[in-house]
Amino acid sequence: MCNNIDVIISNMAAPVSGMGEAPAERLPINSTSFQKKTRSKLVSIPGTRPSVQNGQLLVSTGVTSLDYLLGGGLAVGTVLLIEEDRYDSYSRMILKYFLAEGVVCRHELFVATAQDNPDDILQELPAPILDDVAVPKAVEQPRLTGEPQDSLDAMKIAWRYQHLPKVQSALASSSRFGHYYDVSKTMEAEIRQAAKCHRFCLPDHVTPSSTAHRLESYSALLKSLQEVIHREGFDLAAPMSKSRNILRVGLHSLGSALWGDDLCCHDKPRHRHALTTFLYGLRALLRSSLSVAVVTLPSHLIQDRALMGSITRLCDNAIALESFKGSERETNPLYKDYHGLLYVRQVPHLNCLASQLPDHKDLAFKLKRKQFSIERLHLPPDLSETVSRVSRGELASACGPSASGTKNLDF
Amino acid sequence: MFTELNSILSSSPDSVTPGEFILVSDRQSDASFLIHHFLSFYLRSRCKVVFLGLVQSFRHYSAVSQRLGVSLTQAKEKGQLVFMEGLKESLSVLIPQADNTESQAMNFLRDPPVGLRSLYEFVRSGAVGSGRAEDGAEEWGPPVLLVDDVSVLLSLGVDAGAVLDFSHYCRAAVCSQMKGNMVMLVRCNGEEEEEEDGEEGAEALLKGLTHQCSLNLHVQGLPTGYCKDIHGQVEVCWKRRQGDGPHTQRNLFQYKVHDKGASFFPRGTSSAVL
Repeated sequence: MCNNIDVIISNMAAPVSGMGEAPAERLPINSTSFQKKTRSKLVSIPGTRPSVQNGQLLVSTGVTSLDYLLGGGLAVGTVLLIEEDRYDSYSRMILKYFLAEGVVCRHELFVATAQDNPDDILQELPAPILDDVAVPKAVEQPRLTGEPQDSLDAMKIAWRYQHLPKVQSALASSSRFGHYYDVSKTMEAEIRQAAKCHRFCLPDHVTPSSTAHRLESYSALLKSLQEVIHREGFDLAAPMSKSRNILRVGLHSLGSALWGDDLCCHDKPRHRHALTTFLYGLRALLRSSLSVAVVTLPSHLIQDRALMGSITRLCDNAIALESFKGSERETNPLYKDYHGLLYVRQVPHLNCLASQLPDHKDLAFKLKRKQFSIERLHLPPDLSETVSRVSRGELASACGPSASGTKNLDF
Repeated sequence: MFTELNSILSSSPDSVTPGEFILVSDRQSDASFLIHHFLSFYLRSRCKVVFLGLVQSFRHYSAVSQRLGVSLTQAKEKGQLVFMEGLKESLSVLIPQADNTESQAMNFLRDPPVGLRSLYEFVRSGAVGSGRAEDGAEEWGPPVLLVDDVSVLLSLGVDAGAVLDFSHYCRAAVCSQMKGNMVMLVRCNGEEEEEEDGEEGAEALLKGLTHQCSLNLHVQGLPTGYCKDIHGQVEVCWKRRQGDGPHTQRNLFQYKVHDKGASFFPRGTSSAVL
C-alpha cells in the first residue's frame, strides 16, 4: 500500500522536476500526460504533491530536510512560522529557499518586508541545481554521512543487528520533492524575472502612526494580500477559468519595530493583539485560497512567552532557530559540526486527527558550502587518537591529587 | 467518537446527562482531538449542536468527522448542526469591503472591549431553534454548544473577563434553561508556577472556566518528556454537585491519538513500554 503511494508520487514528481530545464517547450507536453494519470484537479499544479498521510496538497519549502520534518512538505493553506535566530541569517535563508522553490516551480510570489526592499531578498535567492534528478542525490549522500560511514560499510556487524536500518543523521524522505540549491551562487536574473512576483514594501504603503487597536501596517498588508488573491484567481471559491497556480507568501520579520509594532520594545505592548489578529486574518485568507505562507518573527525580542505561545498557535507549523553565532556554544566541541539548533514548536493538525510527530526532537542545522540542511543532533565521533589521549590524561589528573602518579602506572 | 473515552466518562450517545459543562483544557499540548470526539458524540446522540469553530475551517472539521463516521454537511442540511466558521466571518470585518453581508456574530472584532454580546446572541438563537418543530423537519434533542478554542478570543483582543461572562451566559442559557450541554476548549501554554503579569489573561480564563465547569479534561504533555508513542496525559476531574457533596474525583490517563480515534490507558501501560 505504502509502496504504491510512493510510486505514484514519484511519477507525479517527475514532470515537475523536469520543468526547470526547458520550461517553455516541455510544459505543455508534460502537463497533458500529467492530467491523464491523475483525476484530481488540484494535483495538476506543478510543484505540488498530495500528502501520504491525509491527502493534503503539499508544496516543498526548498529545503529537503525541512520538508521531511514537516511531514513531507508545507500544506497549501497553512502558515509556517520561523522564529528567527539572533542575526536573522539562517531564518532569512530558509525564506529565500522557500521563494526560490516557488520561482523554479513557477508559482507566484508575494513578498512583504518592512525593513528593506523586497527586491533585496529576491536578488539573493539561491541558484537552483537543475541537473538530472539522480545526480545531486548521488553526490550528496556520501557527503552527508561523512567518512565514518565508509568504514562502517566494511565493518562486520553481528547478525542480530544486520537487519536494522542504517542510522542516517540527515533527514530525508525516500521520494524526491523539491529542488536542490547552491547557496554559494545567486539565481540568474532571467530565471528570477520569469516568476511573477508581488511586492509589498511597508514604507510605500503607510506611515505607521495609528493608535487604534489594529495596526495600519498589518491591515494594509492583509488587504494587499487579499487583493492579490482575488485578482490573480487564487481564491478557492473563484470559478475554475484558467489553470490553477500556487501563491507563495513570504513575510519577513513580522512583529519587529519597523512594522510599527511595539511587541519587541515593551513588556506591556500597546498593540498586544495586533499581530495575533493579523495572523488570524492571514489564516482565514490562506485557508480559502491556494496559497501558503512563511513568516519569520524575531521571537527573541519578545519578552512575553504567553504572547509567543498564542502567536505560535495561530500558525500551523512553527520552528525556531537558535544559532550558535555569538554564543558560547560556538566553541563547544559537542556542537562543532553544526551551526545551530532547531526546535519544532508545532506541527500541523489539518484535516486529520493525529498529527505527524517528528521522530526526534534533538535537531540541529548546518550550512554547508552549498547547502543548508537539518540533521539529527549527535555527538561527533572522537576520531583523533591524540585528542582522546590528552583528554584521558587530563581526566586522570583531574581525579585528585593522589592520581598524579598514575603516569607511572603500567597496566 | 472515541469509545474508550466514553467508557472512562461512563457516557454513551444514547443517554446524555442534562446540564453538563465540560471544559477541555490543555497546557503546552494539544487537546483539540477531544473537540472532535465531542462533536461526533453529540451528533450521534441526536442533539441539536451549535458549533463555534473559531480556529479551523469547516473543511477541517468535516474531514475529521468523516473519519470518525459522522457527516457534518448532512447534519447541517438536516438542521441538526449550526456551524459558525469564525475564520470566514472574520475576514469581512478585518478587511472591510463595500458589500457587507456578514452576520453579526464576529462583530466583537470591530471593537473587542465591547464584549461578546453578539456572539452570545448567535449561540442563543442557534440553540433556541431546536424547540420549534417545523413541518417535516426532524426533532432534535437538547441543544449542545461546542466552542473550539475560547482562548483565541483573547488573542483577538477580548479580555478574559468578557470571555468568562460569555461562558456564564451560555451556561445559564444552554445548560440551565434548555437542559443542554456545553463543551469548551481553552488552551494555555505557560508553566503552572509562573505568576507573571503577561500570563494573566489565559491563566485567569482557565481558572475561571475550571471553576464554572462540571467536568474538566485537562491535557498535558508527559512530565518525563517527549515520546512518539504516548502523546500525553489527560486528567479527568469530576465535580459532583449533587449526591456525595463537594467531593471531586480525579483520574489520570495517558493517551495516544490515532488516525481514526484515540486510545486511553492507565499510566505506564502503553503498548510501547510493556
